[in-house]
Amino acid sequence: MIELENVCRSYTVGDSEVHAVEHVSLHIGAGEHVAIMGPSGSGKSTLLHILGCLDRPTSGRYLFRGRDVGTLSDDERSHLRQQEIGFVFQFFYLLGRLTAGANVELPMLFAGVGGNERKRRAEEALEAVGLADRIHHRPDQLSGGQRQRVAIARALVMRPSLLLADEPTGNLDRSSAEEVMGLLEKLRGGDRTLIVVTHDPEVAQRAQRIIRMSDGRIGEETA
Amino acid sequence: MKVGELLAFALGALRGHRLRTSLSVAGVAVGIAAVVALTALGDGARTYVVREFSSLGSNLLIVIPGKVETTGAIPFGGVTHDLTVADARSIAMRVPGVVRVAPIAVATDAVHWADRSRSVPILGVTAAYQAARQVTVASGRFLETTMAQGGGQELVLGAKVAHELFRGSSPLGRIVRVGAWRYRVVGVMAPKGRSLGFDFDDLVFIPVKTAMRMFNRTSLFRILVEVPSADELAPVKRRVTRLLNERHRADDVTVITQDAVLSAFSSILGVLTLALAGLASVSLSVAGVGIMNVMLVAVSERRREIGILKALGATNRQVLGAFLAEAVVLSTTGGLLGLAAGAAGVRVFVAFYPSFPASPPAWSIAAAMGVAVAVGVGFGVWPARRATRLDPVTALRGR
Ligand SMILES: Nc1ncnc2c1ncn2[C@@H]1O[C@H](COP(=O)(O)OP(=O)(O)OP(=O)(O)O)[C@@H](O)[C@H]1O
Ligand SMILES: [Mg+2]
Repeated sequence: MIELENVCRSYTVGDSEVHAVEHVSLHIGAGEHVAIMGPSGSGKSTLLHILGCLDRPTSGRYLFRGRDVGTLSDDERSHLRQQEIGFVFQFFYLLGRLTAGANVELPMLFAGVGGNERKRRAEEALEAVGLADRIHHRPDQLSGGQRQRVAIARALVMRPSLLLADEPTGNLDRSSAEEVMGLLEKLRGGDRTLIVVTHDPEVAQRAQRIIRMSDGRIGEETA
Repeated sequence: MKVGELLAFALGALRGHRLRTSLSVAGVAVGIAAVVALTALGDGARTYVVREFSSLGSNLLIVIPGKVETTGAIPFGGVTHDLTVADARSIAMRVPGVVRVAPIAVATDAVHWADRSRSVPILGVTAAYQAARQVTVASGRFLETTMAQGGGQELVLGAKVAHELFRGSSPLGRIVRVGAWRYRVVGVMAPKGRSLGFDFDDLVFIPVKTAMRMFNRTSLFRILVEVPSADELAPVKRRVTRLLNERHRADDVTVITQDAVLSAFSSILGVLTLALAGLASVSLSVAGVGIMNVMLVAVSERRREIGILKALGATNRQVLGAFLAEAVVLSTTGGLLGLAAGAAGVRVFVAFYPSFPASPPAWSIAAAMGVAVAVGVGFGVWPARRATRLDPVTALRGR
């Protein structure tokens, strides 16, 4: 499913170069649940952005389901994100002016799904995260855990094959975190791959595989 | 993403930033309102002047006794000859290219009927006056006297005098008194309104020869000479001047054309229109810069939103479309509001100055709306392109 070959990502700041991700080679199969851990600044988010086609490697190759992402145009990458990849972020990133329902509808809006079907599928997705009754609420009327569940519904509504979560529980208390992780695992299922960046060992322990990063490199993997 | 969905999304975004939205809509609206109001006033001024002058009759030469250009130019011992009905007849008979000649004598006196009286200008004229000044009769008829005939004791009332003296009853056939003289009312004029400060409804007409006798005058006030077209004004003016100089054996009359005055006005108005167009374009570009500013702020304030949209799979074109739709909605709303405000302002103005024909010309409404949208889109494109160029990861970090 995911094949990284010697992927590097560096930033030029002034005249020095910051190597956020260095020589990472990695294989992740369909349906796997992977956790990425590591100290702050070790390049976890950068790696996740590359995996999610939000960022391009400076060098190296990234094959997603056999396609070389590096050769895709902007539009093709947008399309790939739209159809295949769902994101969940630490700060939820819901649009504050839109209701939960409208937030969930957004990816379908860009994908050109018709109005009625958008509504139906948004309801379904919110149902699946247990928030069917909050469809008309705006984010500021929801708790942190509820917001993250809306974000999960939004990430999954296009039925992506890859679900990426960057510290999804970072802003939540223990019980909300449990709830959110339970949901992510439940919704993984089948061929859907789940990759979670986290600082929380307890969250990481739930994964089948833990990748540890430090200084842009991946270290030992624990199963 | 369909156009409707794009608009709905843009509307949502605009509603989400109420203050910014209303400020920029207000900016555009003020610009457009200024354009509409300014062009309405400019165009109104032009129409007003043209109408005033043409209401005085077109293609007219006006003969005035005495020399106007140089005051005191009549040499000591020289004689200013009267301008007489005989002069007028001679113009009519001897100057080729004259359509009609209308002599005018003027005095002010009181017109009496029953126990009412009203002091008004009395114009001594002939039948030719009606055609030369383009006045119409509401009831009865105009005077029928010619220059060849004697006077006669007929009188035509202006609309206002008729109303003031007769209060709705028909004046036709009644005998009114002016000084010691009695006249039979044969007609009432249609209302004409004020023109260049003179109330054309508050006067009466009597035959010119009767007027001269009644006022004990020897000189006419004016002679109007109508020519068939504007081209004839200059040659006929020369001929009339020569004829009168011969008759008077002195250069003691002044002949003026209305169109000389009109062309002076029209060049002034041309400059005025240019100035207004300049002002209008300044206010429109201010509005445009306003939109651009708003859109730029929107782009930088909403980097995170742009990042989120991109992470969710929005293509560059969709993001561009969303921002452009916002710009279009902003400028169209502002444009429409501005049109309404401008039109309302013009209406208020007209309510206070009803004689001023201020109404925004169609071209200015079309141009204002067109420019509003063009400016909105034009100035919206650049910020929108910046929005789409943002790298999604940087955008997501916000700030
Ligand atoms: N746009 C950028 N320009 C320069 N350096 C950057 C940029 N983005 C990230 N970096 C650097 O890359 C390194 C990795 O950053 P990254 O955000 O991936 O870390 P992280 O592991 O996610 O950290 P955290 O746990 O705090 O989120 C850091 O040293 C960071 O300073
Ligand atoms: Mg991070």
